[in-house]
Amino acid sequence: MQQTVTIPPTGAAVKPNAPRRSWWRKLIRQYQLVLLSVPFVALVILFNYVPLWGWLAAFQDYKPFKGVTGSEFVGLANFKVLFADPHFLVVLRNTLVMSVLSLVTGFVGAITLALLLNEVKVRWFKRIIQTVTYIPHFVSMVVIANIVLTFLSPDGGFVNHLLMKLGWIQEPVYFMGKGEWFWIIHTLAGLWKELGWSTIIYLAVLAGINSELYEAAAVDGASRLRKMLHISIPGLMPTATLLLIMSVGSLINTGYESQMLLGNPLVIDYSEVLDLYALSLSFGGGDYSIGVALSMFKGFVSIVLVVLVNLVARKLSDTRLF
Amino acid sequence: MNYRKSASDVVFQGLNLLFLFVLGFITLYPFWNLLAVSFNDSLDTLKGQVFFWPNQFTLDNYAIIFQNESLFGSALRSVLRTLLGTVLSVGCTTMLAYTLSRREYVLRKPINLILVVSMYVNGGLIPMYMLIKNLGLTNTFAVYIIPGLIGVFNVIIMRSYFDQLPEALVESARIDGASDIGVLFRIILPCSLPVLATVTLFVAVGHWNSWFDNYLYNNKDSLSLLQYELMKIMTKSTTEVTSNALAAMDHEKLRQTSPQSIRATMTIIVTFPILFVYPFLQKYFIQGITVGAVKE
Repeated sequence: MQQTVTIPPTGAAVKPNAPRRSWWRKLIRQYQLVLLSVPFVALVILFNYVPLWGWLAAFQDYKPFKGVTGSEFVGLANFKVLFADPHFLVVLRNTLVMSVLSLVTGFVGAITLALLLNEVKVRWFKRIIQTVTYIPHFVSMVVIANIVLTFLSPDGGFVNHLLMKLGWIQEPVYFMGKGEWFWIIHTLAGLWKELGWSTIIYLAVLAGINSELYEAAAVDGASRLRKMLHISIPGLMPTATLLLIMSVGSLINTGYESQMLLGNPLVIDYSEVLDLYALSLSFGGGDYSIGVALSMFKGFVSIVLVVLVNLVARKLSDTRLF
Repeated sequence: MNYRKSASDVVFQGLNLLFLFVLGFITLYPFWNLLAVSFNDSLDTLKGQVFFWPNQFTLDNYAIIFQNESLFGSALRSVLRTLLGTVLSVGCTTMLAYTLSRREYVLRKPINLILVVSMYVNGGLIPMYMLIKNLGLTNTFAVYIIPGLIGVFNVIIMRSYFDQLPEALVESARIDGASDIGVLFRIILPCSLPVLATVTLFVAVGHWNSWFDNYLYNNKDSLSLLQYELMKIMTKSTTEVTSNALAAMDHEKLRQTSPQSIRATMTIIVTFPILFVYPFLQKYFIQGITVGAVKE
């Protein structure tokens, strides 16, 4: 039969075009899917990628009325001013210290709490504690800040009242007015807000650990502590490592809401973070270009961190973020 | 399963329960205390003796706030923003996530790439402000809804959920002649209650809690939201910046109350809707977020 097979001479010319045309035909056939997705992708592009265009202002002497297209280019002058600014270093230090503190306490806290909750055999008690500790996650930062300020207030605040009753202090302390306290208070407030919520993923992993492992260990006479050390904790490690790696990528990308709400002019040398400094430079000082340079620095560092972290994660294991 | 319980196990179990109880108490007590303060007479509150129950029960604090027109207006706007924003955002997010779960969709890969990269690329506050300003969105209600319409994180949660629904469901509906849109509404949505509840909760809470866009983009009183008013009252009593809401109160009423009582009452009003809704959705959202997060 082989000799009867003939290839039409035009076939060779048609072939390279065929996938293209069928791609378009497919796209047209899927017009409903296109309608359901493309407009929203356009929105994502508008609000996530178009602002990058504004980074150009970092290389300009930006004037709001002239816009990015009309302002004069000044090269790296804004970055030179920024990196020579001593307050920039203070703000960078605050950002890094507060994110490292939140990261470490958050991690240790979440894993510890998940392990402890996992040991509770009384179902309803466990569920109540879970429900209660998830609540602060859903409450706005404004409310959390309000609670912190009310409880630490020097006139009639709960904490001062308690400490004075116990006789540990003689007169009320203005906690929020002391710079050296700010990092601690900020970290504890964040921990209080997110501790319960961050256990969810670990509890799900713990629930998935094969119960035969625990039974076998019990037969061998392992105590509760030993089971935790040799079964639960190793079981959590892969997830914990992945989450840790992911959050290192966003070290410089901490929020600014909590610092803005908890901070006040007295403690600004400890509370101000990169974004807030960018805001005050731009709106307080009217210098948009430096503010944008700061935003750009931050955006750039966080991209580099994410890419690095992804490389490391790929080296260490099969897990990767993208 | 009746192994002998060692003494150390019993001690550990006891201490563990005690610790968790204390933790639960620390979490709940601040809200409880503010609740008691909000129902307590404001003069009595100043003595600083309110711990678990109001000493002199009163509804005055609530009455004062609800009679304040500026605060009432911002409460209405907050509710409107939450309802409108949640419906639109969940709707649009669902549609986008659905298209990404259809394996044969030719634009699936490029769109996926655009979305994932957008999570890591961030122009920053000031460029975003410049964009919003150029789009003419400052001092509009729309700025509360449009920029956050698509949450990429929510798209991914939903897509993971849709991905694990059996492929055969979609195929059989397609063979029966359902359109792509028909598949979404008749097949996918009815099967996806947990993830819909999860995303709805996240989006609604996000809308209800946000104040920063209000602060940055909308400085008109006629657009202010409840959270922002609370924030202004809070900063007023710490640094004495004037708050429009408090300034608008007439002096007669202001004398009947104190900033401390107003703050506590506002906090309760702002927190209450969340405490009310969330326990009912809890069973769904745990299912919703752990799907796709924990594999194997």
